[in-house]
Amino acid sequence: MMGLAIQHLLGLEGVSRDDIIQILDTADNFYEVLQRKIKQVPTLRGKTIVNLFYENSTRTRISFELAEKRLSASPLNFSASTSSVKKGETLRDTIRNIEAMKIDMVVVRHGCPGVPFFLTQCTDAVIVNAGDGAHEHPTQALLDMMTIRQRLGKLERLKVAIIGDVIHSRVARSNAWGMTTMGMDVTLCGPPTLLPQHSESLPVKITDNIEKAVGDAHVVMLLRLQLERQQGGMFPSIREYRERYGIDLEKISAMRDDVIIMHPGPINRGIELSSNVADGDKSIILDQVTNGVAVRMAVLYLLGGGENA
Amino acid sequence: MPMKRMELLMDEQGIDLALTRMTHQILENHRDPSTFGIVGMQTRGVYLARRISNKINEALNTSLTAGVLDITLYRDDYRVAFKQPNVQITEIPFDINGITIILVDDVLYTGRTVRAALDALMDFGRPKIIRLAVLIDRGHRELPIRADYVGKKTTTADNQEVALNVKEIDGEDSLWLMER
Repeated sequence: MMGLAIQHLLGLEGVSRDDIIQILDTADNFYEVLQRKIKQVPTLRGKTIVNLFYENSTRTRISFELAEKRLSASPLNFSASTSSVKKGETLRDTIRNIEAMKIDMVVVRHGCPGVPFFLTQCTDAVIVNAGDGAHEHPTQALLDMMTIRQRLGKLERLKVAIIGDVIHSRVARSNAWGMTTMGMDVTLCGPPTLLPQHSESLPVKITDNIEKAVGDAHVVMLLRLQLERQQGGMFPSIREYRERYGIDLEKISAMRDDVIIMHPGPINRGIELSSNVADGDKSIILDQVTNGVAVRMAVLYLLGGGENA
Repeated sequence: MPMKRMELLMDEQGIDLALTRMTHQILENHRDPSTFGIVGMQTRGVYLARRISNKINEALNTSLTAGVLDITLYRDDYRVAFKQPNVQITEIPFDINGITIILVDDVLYTGRTVRAALDALMDFGRPKIIRLAVLIDRGHRELPIRADYVGKKTTTADNQEVALNVKEIDGEDSLWLMER
């Protein structure tokens, strides 16, 4: 019996290699559960998990809810737009009221960085971060690493290029922490205005030269371009961004033959990825979605044990 | 608190003899390999199931492959365990519907592991019959479960455990009575 060193999953910064390996190994075995005719196991029967989403989300919320149901937990979905938040209720009051209904775990997405950590100070429930502002999105990075390991058989010493709006991306940040912990060689690439000025003490490379970033990369991960960034003047035009940083068949031809293409979704087709690349044989985007359920099952299983105090 | 070895219950030869006897008892009831399958419970039950399968394959000149069943996700102690046991692989390479399943484990104790295994198997299909084969029955049942094929029965105290070592994992075949 091992168990994780962490009690909550707030981010991958500071999470040990052993914990990441245990989550990924457990997720591999949950992947097998998802291939069965009956995809549900009774493990979390009697556990109530609140999905507290203060930001819009389709795939992450569905993925968590499906993971919870596959584990026989009772999910409770909270959406800020249809709740008492509209009446001015504070986050602390919301969580304390929900906790008074005897919950076990909270999956939270919020536009403000640090909210998952704040919730650990307000409740005894286990907190899982489903994305907090531009800070972290740990389960996305875990499912990315699971998918890479599934496809390439290892993580150590693989070269990864993460391309796009890095500075606003919680996916890039979680992947940078997680992947470097796992011994991967990470390069962050994008327009200079969308790159961090320093690497937050992470051992990653930063470049605005896409050819340099993808040249010998085993994995090329595109980030979704938030189109409102252009209105903010962070790059001149969508067309210029596409020509410089969008991945199409011509750019693929200059990459390794065995390169894999990833994207956390949703894709802006024709901007960060051309359709023939997104739907092509190097793309493992749908594997990422499938593995998302397995990884979230693993996280909920490993963190959810024991009685609440 | 660490456990210490108290008594050798079976050595390598004793384990092999017990498995051979259990195999013959199974074959007395099951002669047609298309009508039954062997499933070993993680962890050490898997190795015992493979050995029984090999003995059956020799006797019937067939090529049965033992399935592997992990019952971790079906345990009844999730709510009280703060550290969760590792989820291991489950792999049953044959259709269990309508056939007899011989479920193999190393130690039969409270019966809770077997209860979990029955639930897990039912999620894979509807076997005609499930039979239980264990290397050792140490008593202290908490559920109305019994084994059909038993290598050895022994009486144990609450502060004792029975530990099987297998060559594949531990480098030797031995069955020990352990004590706190």
